[in-house]
Amino acid sequence: MGSFGLTVLLDGISYGMILFLISVGLTVTMGLMRVVNLAHGAFAMIGGYVAGYLTQRGCNFYLAALAAAAAAAALGAVTERTIYRPLYRKGELAQVLLTIGFVFVATGAVTEIFGAFPYPVVFPPYLTRPLDIGFRQYPAYRLFLIASGAAIALLLWLVLDNSLYGARLRAAVDNPRMARAVGINVSLLFTSTFTVGCGLAGLGGALGAGILSLEPAYALKYVVLFLVVVIVGGEGSFEGSFVAAMALGIIDTLGKYFVAEAAPYLLYTAVFALLLWRPKGLVPPRSLA
Amino acid sequence: MRRARVVAAIGHAVPWAIAVVYFFAVPSDLDFGTQVMIWILFAMSLDLALGYAGILTLGQAAFFGLGAYTAGLFAIHLSPDPLLGHLAAIGVTMLVGALTGAMILHTTGVTLLMLTLAIVSVLSQYANQATDLTGGDNGLQGIRLDPIFGVFEFNIFGKTAYFYALVVLFGWFVLARRIVHSPFGRSLDGIRQNPHRMRAIGTPVWWRLLAIYTISAAMAGSAGALSAHATRFVGLSVLDLLTSGTVTVALILGGTRRLYGGFIGATIYLVVQDYSAKISPFFWEFVVGGLLIATVLLLEGGLLDFGPAVLRLRDRWQAGQRR
Repeated sequence: MGSFGLTVLLDGISYGMILFLISVGLTVTMGLMRVVNLAHGAFAMIGGYVAGYLTQRGCNFYLAALAAAAAAAALGAVTERTIYRPLYRKGELAQVLLTIGFVFVATGAVTEIFGAFPYPVVFPPYLTRPLDIGFRQYPAYRLFLIASGAAIALLLWLVLDNSLYGARLRAAVDNPRMARAVGINVSLLFTSTFTVGCGLAGLGGALGAGILSLEPAYALKYVVLFLVVVIVGGEGSFEGSFVAAMALGIIDTLGKYFVAEAAPYLLYTAVFALLLWRPKGLVPPRSLA
Repeated sequence: MRRARVVAAIGHAVPWAIAVVYFFAVPSDLDFGTQVMIWILFAMSLDLALGYAGILTLGQAAFFGLGAYTAGLFAIHLSPDPLLGHLAAIGVTMLVGALTGAMILHTTGVTLLMLTLAIVSVLSQYANQATDLTGGDNGLQGIRLDPIFGVFEFNIFGKTAYFYALVVLFGWFVLARRIVHSPFGRSLDGIRQNPHRMRAIGTPVWWRLLAIYTISAAMAGSAGALSAHATRFVGLSVLDLLTSGTVTVALILGGTRRLYGGFIGATIYLVVQDYSAKISPFFWEFVVGGLLIATVLLLEGGLLDFGPAVLRLRDRWQAGQRR
């Protein structure tokens, strides 16, 4: 029983790490720029496809994952400057519509180029084998996800909490006008943060392809999950989205083990109830005045 | 003044005249016309909630799907009478609309958006799992319908379905027009622009939103029932997030807060989808996405705003010349 519990926990955490990795960029963009970005999943999808394309042609997996992050980041930088920038001043409706339009374009393009079928990322053989972790065999891939997710979360936490960049970012999230007034270049901060967020999403799309499988519907199918992480965690809250991603991963995994047939709608019902209970998320933004 | 009224009357007659002409001109493809009208009705329902009242929702497919499944299940298990089934679909969607609306309408912005997404996701996952009831992936099959009023039979040529859809659409259009031009409709305009100020002058904001959300749900449910009756089939895709997205696209392409926006948008959407799907099955997503981005960035009022937008550009240019 104990070993079973641990397995469920590991499954949940590895799933949660992927959700966190992809969503962390979204939480910052939604908290900082106040843009409802439904296209975030598209960046993860594009990253995944880049990694899939490269690894299927024999490229090293880690290089491919870096290339995926770079491609998603580059696309993020370009789109932030061109199509996101005019959105900051517009209402939520315009943001929803434009970003959905972007999802459609990405989906159409991916289908044209890579076909409508699931598109695998080729993982190195030692990741696809099970690994002995003392009390049982466990997929090395999921352990790898947990390790890399934890490493990136730690890195992000160090940067956000201890660097000047992090201080500026937190200041701008809390009060963009005041941040501008004290001389922070918020516009540049927007672009760089958006770029990094998209890069992380691309990386997450590549690394997590073994769990969230790549297909053209990816961007639309999973964006709800990513948004749930952000909203439940509280917009702009880094810790919140980490907690929310872990909770979501574990709840979903538990559901799949114990009430397999009801799991999908139980998850959304839980989210529904949670949002009614706490409309501003588990860790509400500190200041919105 | 009188001339303006005549022009307006002619303008109002145009879409309905087109619908009648289409019936005689393209008898071979009435199904397509029926689909267009169903989507017009669906888009109009969204226009009430999203366009007029500013309720940020991506969950409109929940009501379309619920209406379709209700109508389909009613025909299979209770009675093959299409009108009773249609009323049942409207009743169920009204009820669900009122219940869910009462729960979520005190929220705004992204939270509201997520709640509507959660509702449609719950329903769609449930429909996917409850295969005994809905047929799951295979869809709801074996819907048989009596003739409407015992006279007009549903058949493969789709004549009955076409006029059925046309009459239902017209009925809802008249109602929607009365609603948006009533004091109630004007108050929705105010709520969209500034809910706080409306509350301050004594408008019961929450009740008004709940009322329009419920009406909008019933209208979407009615469109769903039409779809179930016209095709005698209900597939899981009616509850898909893509369906919500699609109807939003159709509305925005045409332009919100005009009621006729959906007429233009849904027609263009379906025609574009039909043609580009012939080129390549997924090309239409690309095209529609591009259209959507262009509409938001360049034409805030949708395609119906194209003329005025050009005029505005001309004015600005002339003003620049004078300076």
